[in-house]
Amino acid sequence: MEPLDQDLEEGELELPAEPMMLNMGPSHPAMHGTVRIVVELSGETITKADVQIGYLHRGFEKMCERGTWTQCYPYVDRLNYVSPMLNNVGFSLAVEKMLGITVPERAQYYRVALGELARICDHLTCNGAMAMELGAFTPFLWYVRAREMIWDIFEEETGARVTHSFGRVGGMAKPPTAYFKDLVRATLPRVASVVAESEGLLLKNRIFLDRLESVGKISSADALELSWTGPCLRSTGVPYDIRRAHPYLVYDRFEFDVPVGTTGDNYDRFMCRQEEIRQSMRILEQCLEQMPDDGPIDVDDPRIVMPPKNEVYNTIEGTIQHFKIVMEGIKVPAGEVYSYTEGGNGELGFYLVSDGSGTPYRVRIRPPCFAITQGLERLIVGAMIPDVVPTFGSMNMIGGECDH
Amino acid sequence: MSKAVLEALKTRFGDAIWDTQSQFGDETAIVDPDKWFEIARFLKSDPRCAMNMFVDLCGVDYPDRDPRFEVVLHLRSLEKGHRIRLKTRVGDAEADTAEVDSITPIWGGANWFERETYDLMGIVFRGHPDLRRILMYPEFKGHPLRKDYPANKIQPLVELLEGPEKFAPFGPDEGMPFGRQTHEYNRDDPKMVDGREHPNPSPELPARGPAPRKSLAVKES
Repeated sequence: MEPLDQDLEEGELELPAEPMMLNMGPSHPAMHGTVRIVVELSGETITKADVQIGYLHRGFEKMCERGTWTQCYPYVDRLNYVSPMLNNVGFSLAVEKMLGITVPERAQYYRVALGELARICDHLTCNGAMAMELGAFTPFLWYVRAREMIWDIFEEETGARVTHSFGRVGGMAKPPTAYFKDLVRATLPRVASVVAESEGLLLKNRIFLDRLESVGKISSADALELSWTGPCLRSTGVPYDIRRAHPYLVYDRFEFDVPVGTTGDNYDRFMCRQEEIRQSMRILEQCLEQMPDDGPIDVDDPRIVMPPKNEVYNTIEGTIQHFKIVMEGIKVPAGEVYSYTEGGNGELGFYLVSDGSGTPYRVRIRPPCFAITQGLERLIVGAMIPDVVPTFGSMNMIGGECDH
Repeated sequence: MSKAVLEALKTRFGDAIWDTQSQFGDETAIVDPDKWFEIARFLKSDPRCAMNMFVDLCGVDYPDRDPRFEVVLHLRSLEKGHRIRLKTRVGDAEADTAEVDSITPIWGGANWFERETYDLMGIVFRGHPDLRRILMYPEFKGHPLRKDYPANKIQPLVELLEGPEKFAPFGPDEGMPFGRQTHEYNRDDPKMVDGREHPNPSPELPARGPAPRKSLAVKES
């Protein structure tokens, strides 16, 4: 038998090396969206990646062209199903921009309050799921417990826990309940304490930090070029928040900070979301302080808002109004509009085209995670397989929104 | 503020700007499709415009109009905070010539948005690095967001793939079990797979590797 330590000429024993293809997803325990990533590996390093989306495509834009403007609400609910209220508010604002109406002040505060609650839910889910995919199951359960508390508020207010369909053109479906403010005020400290506790579990954890810090880095120039928005862009140091840059509703009346990161790695994205949860709570406190206790919630326009039920049953005018809004839909003036709000993941834009009838001609959503997911390829090429999981988790890709 | 951008566009490009509108507070310029790329590059590089944020790109189908499709682009400037909507019109009634230059070289973020517009509307972006379907599967027939595509149309079942047909950007062995090559490669000509030319051969075939094994699951004829 030959001795094993003999000198060999270089290249003599070169093993045939071929790149390995590995298929991650579309159903993978560490991919919390339905996305498929086909990677080409050299050892454990990714040399090429192809991110394939579309597994949750439901033809949202096509469906919206079939009903009235109001019938779009259940569909927009299911775009970002972690923060449906932000979608509801965004869509309402887009249609109201075309109609040229502004909802009463009380409704504006109500929308801000519900929207910020939804934003907290969104960030809690993202950070919790990200921790879970890295093996930290307890923080996930705690984050979800905090999310449950907020969903209880939504259940009280809207009757539904997740998909509320609560927005309406020209107002909200119902005025706030009498104990809305007390409920939120009682819940926020509990949520804050759960968030702080879970953070304590994670941020001193060596394994968690090692997998986040300096992994999935992106420069602010690259992030801008890929048209990233939201927490992912802010984590690279660009303080672009639509609530601050183009204030809508009553956001210009609140004091809040826009947290930014420095390096744009997974850790920064995680921490940006953590801080935004706190800032949302700050906004909520000021919002509840300033929100009027009574006053109308809908605009006073019978062509847009449904009449009260007793008028529908007792007066002919009410019946006709109701019939026309339900059967023909709200008549939105012809034209097109692009309206943008700060969604859970960034700029949630609606580009609407109306032909003057009660049915939308074209509803186009600009989903923030579509742009963010397209940057995933750039982040994971050159990284290792275990880096895919936290990088993908920190982007918060929401299938419903990304795949339309 | 964005009105200044429209003025800058009009003075620079003149006749190529077909129309400008300001509706609901959004500034719109409708431009010549031949100048699409040039105008987009101008909007990004000109210091008065500085549109460095690509926001959105989509298509709208107007079957009754002569250039049938509108390609709609939304841009924003991070420094100046202004926005603009740029539109162009392409395509005849049969949607054969719906082609416009790709702006992916200017804003890398346009890549997936153009793929989506191609997928759902069937507008072809010339010079796009990787124009294939993104939301629909490769065998999908038609472009669902066109107005003449019925919403309740049922697509045919996809046939079981038996040949070495795999789709870009990966080669014919993508998704196969590790180490098992199911196709015969020609060592001298890597483009030949199973005795015929494959549209998308494995990018890096082993030059000196073991002889490819025959598949265990080859259909006996």
